[in-house]
Amino acid sequence: MSAPFSREWLLSDAPESRRQAAWGQRYQAWLAFRRNGLAMAGLAVVLLLLAMALLAPWLATHDPGAQDLNARLARPSAAHWLGTDELGRDLWSRLVFGSRITLGMVVSVVLLVAPLGLIVGCAAGYAGGTVDRLLMRVTDVFLAFPRLVLALAFVAALKPGVESAVIAIALTAWPPYARLARAETLSVRNADFIAAVRLTGASAARTVLRHVAPVAVPSLVVRVTLDMSSFILTAAGLGFLGLGAQPPLPEWGTMIATSRRFILEQWWVPLVPGIAIFLASLAFNLLGDGLRDVLDPKQR
Amino acid sequence: MIEVRDLDVRFGKVHAVRGVSLTVAEGESFGLVGESGSGKSTVLRALAGLVAGWTGSMSVGGRPLGHRRDAVFHRTVQMVFQDPYGSLHPRQTVDRILSEPLIVHRIGDADQRIARALEEVALPRSVRFRFPHQLSGGQRQRVAVARALIAGPSVLLLDEPTSALDATVQAEVLNLLADLRAARHLTCILVSHNLAVVAHLCTRLAVMQHGQIVEKLDEATLRAGHATHPHTQELIRLSRDLDGTG
Amino acid sequence: MTPLAEIRGLHVDFPGNNGWQPAVRGVSLTLGREKLGLVGESGSGKSVTGRALMRLLPPTARIRAEALRVAGTDLLTARPEAMRRLRGARIGLILQDPKFSLNPVMPAGEQIAEAWRAHHRGSRREAREAALDLLAQVLIRDPTRVFGAYPHELSGGMGQRVMIAMMLAPGPDLLIADEPTSALDATVQAEILRLLDRLVSDRGMGLVLISHDLPLVSRFCDRIMVMYGGRVMEELRAADLHAARHPYTRGLLNCLPRLDAAQPRLPVLARDPAWLEGQ
Repeated sequence: MSAPFSREWLLSDAPESRRQAAWGQRYQAWLAFRRNGLAMAGLAVVLLLLAMALLAPWLATHDPGAQDLNARLARPSAAHWLGTDELGRDLWSRLVFGSRITLGMVVSVVLLVAPLGLIVGCAAGYAGGTVDRLLMRVTDVFLAFPRLVLALAFVAALKPGVESAVIAIALTAWPPYARLARAETLSVRNADFIAAVRLTGASAARTVLRHVAPVAVPSLVVRVTLDMSSFILTAAGLGFLGLGAQPPLPEWGTMIATSRRFILEQWWVPLVPGIAIFLASLAFNLLGDGLRDVLDPKQR
Repeated sequence: MIEVRDLDVRFGKVHAVRGVSLTVAEGESFGLVGESGSGKSTVLRALAGLVAGWTGSMSVGGRPLGHRRDAVFHRTVQMVFQDPYGSLHPRQTVDRILSEPLIVHRIGDADQRIARALEEVALPRSVRFRFPHQLSGGQRQRVAVARALIAGPSVLLLDEPTSALDATVQAEVLNLLADLRAARHLTCILVSHNLAVVAHLCTRLAVMQHGQIVEKLDEATLRAGHATHPHTQELIRLSRDLDGTG
Repeated sequence: MTPLAEIRGLHVDFPGNNGWQPAVRGVSLTLGREKLGLVGESGSGKSVTGRALMRLLPPTARIRAEALRVAGTDLLTARPEAMRRLRGARIGLILQDPKFSLNPVMPAGEQIAEAWRAHHRGSRREAREAALDLLAQVLIRDPTRVFGAYPHELSGGMGQRVMIAMMLAPGPDLLIADEPTSALDATVQAEILRLLDRLVSDRGMGLVLISHDLPLVSRFCDRIMVMYGGRVMEELRAADLHAARHPYTRGLLNCLPRLDAAQPRLPVLARDPAWLEGQ
């Protein structure tokens, strides 16, 4: 037998133990993922952004809140790598610190939305009947409102701030996820493999969580990555209206919102956070696409 | 062991099963024969608790069955489905599929038991960590049989277990089922459209048409061709026609 | 008389994870106006051979042959338009499940009429007449009702009759039936096969019946080719099936449970790797 975690050990046709099999599957998933160049690029950018958020104090050249009214709206230069905004704050430093807030918000929203949508959708689809109708009507009510208006109402009811913005966005973003999860559930609920699980005597909760939900996860992953940019923009919208991240905080969306009136003369001021948002969404998107392929063992 | 009395199943307006009654003794194999839409699979699924909205009475091992089944029932009664491609979870390895019944019934020693279960259905150890799509149809059906038997049931419901398989693989699976039945003293109900398969595994059988049992007969009567109902006679004639013995 | 179809040394490979995976390895056959059965298990290459006769293989497949001719057309060099004319007009294909091969949002009769119009010059009215006539030929008792019915309103047997009528519409010389009755009940299966038999004999067509069911094929065809692993194991007249010599053919016959006599165990086929080598 070959040594644990060697290539032969990982790629063995007949693993000796569950541990070896599990690591072998992970390794094969990684190999499959690595073949997808775009997904690897996405992963690299996401890792870079995460590193940026973690190392912000060391990467920033200025205090992101320090104003220098003599140098407002400066062009990119050696002193201010990406220029300054309308209050003379260093854009690079704001971008770096902003990644903490923006990525933090997006990740929190995703962590709230995806499981909520998954569970509501799978439960509705699996239970059927009255439960299904009730949950889906609730979903429809949420879907019927424009997202931003509903989020505004939620934030107004809570108190303005990053946390409220996250909760508001999450509350307005889950219905499509529930719909998607329900559709996936309906496609497998009458399959024989689910009947076989029910026959073992597994509880409904176990059947849904361990056997139905995993089938719906890949399409949810893709949907989440597609929605990330719109989460960032909704957060920006809330920030612009004074209901999200509060002004001195360097949140990317808020940065665009406050500087959009300079777009013709000092175009780099809104452009810098814009590019950051674009890059982040694209990277998440590519990553999600790659993940979906890897999550389906048949694709390998 | 199994008793079904006046079973009626309706799906909306469709009256799929009409007043079916049958009894199966312990250790006996009973066959249900019929064409598609005759209600034979529905009887089996109702017995397994996979069909809602039935009326009548059913009991297994003297315990009457309600609309909700308990843990004892699930340890006693297991089922093998027709389509080996649809009855195994596409995203779970064989190991995971076989451990599910053990986890649900809180049976320990999973590692050993799974290894033994695979051995019992004559599957090599290498398939243990494979996904269903990496196995052949016959291997999948063996996995399905292993899953049904791993928690040690005494009743096995077989829903067309070989009709999706090639003839040579069918022979292997039928031999396996015959061996396991004898070794574990299982009570079986086999649903099939193939008279020869039913005759091979079962000692008694019932022929169904339009949701009703039209005739019950034993293996010898079937083989001798002494059926009384015209539908049974036709099925026998068609089967013999293909056997080349007509 | 020139044969309807001729295959010499056909090889078909599909791209796999480790290079080309052979599906058919050197199959030769000559087909006249007769009923030929191609029998084998899944993966034996029987369906791929049948589809090669219509060049209906996925574009990734690699096809090599010394000769591949149908109704005088060389399939190896034929252009796409020539292939389109050949398919339908000269060759018809009947698949296992009419549920998937019929258009679900179009009445059955319209589909037959459309098939007829694609290969005949005629008005809508003539096409309708022709379709009704074809429905009557496939022994549908109430052609007018079936003409207006959607595929989901038809039973499996009825759907398969519609499918046959549709394939007969252009008046082909050769019919390829790939497991045409596997999804049907035994009673319906017999009717469909009798119907196919009569139509093929009356019209003097050639038929290739592809099936996993050796007894069924031998009942119904003139000649049988038994395939395994992409090769022809044995070729024999259907009437001589009981005298089959090849161990694979014998194994296929013996492993079936029988109604006339009880067997304690079914004989299991032992596969000999030598079957896949040489020839």
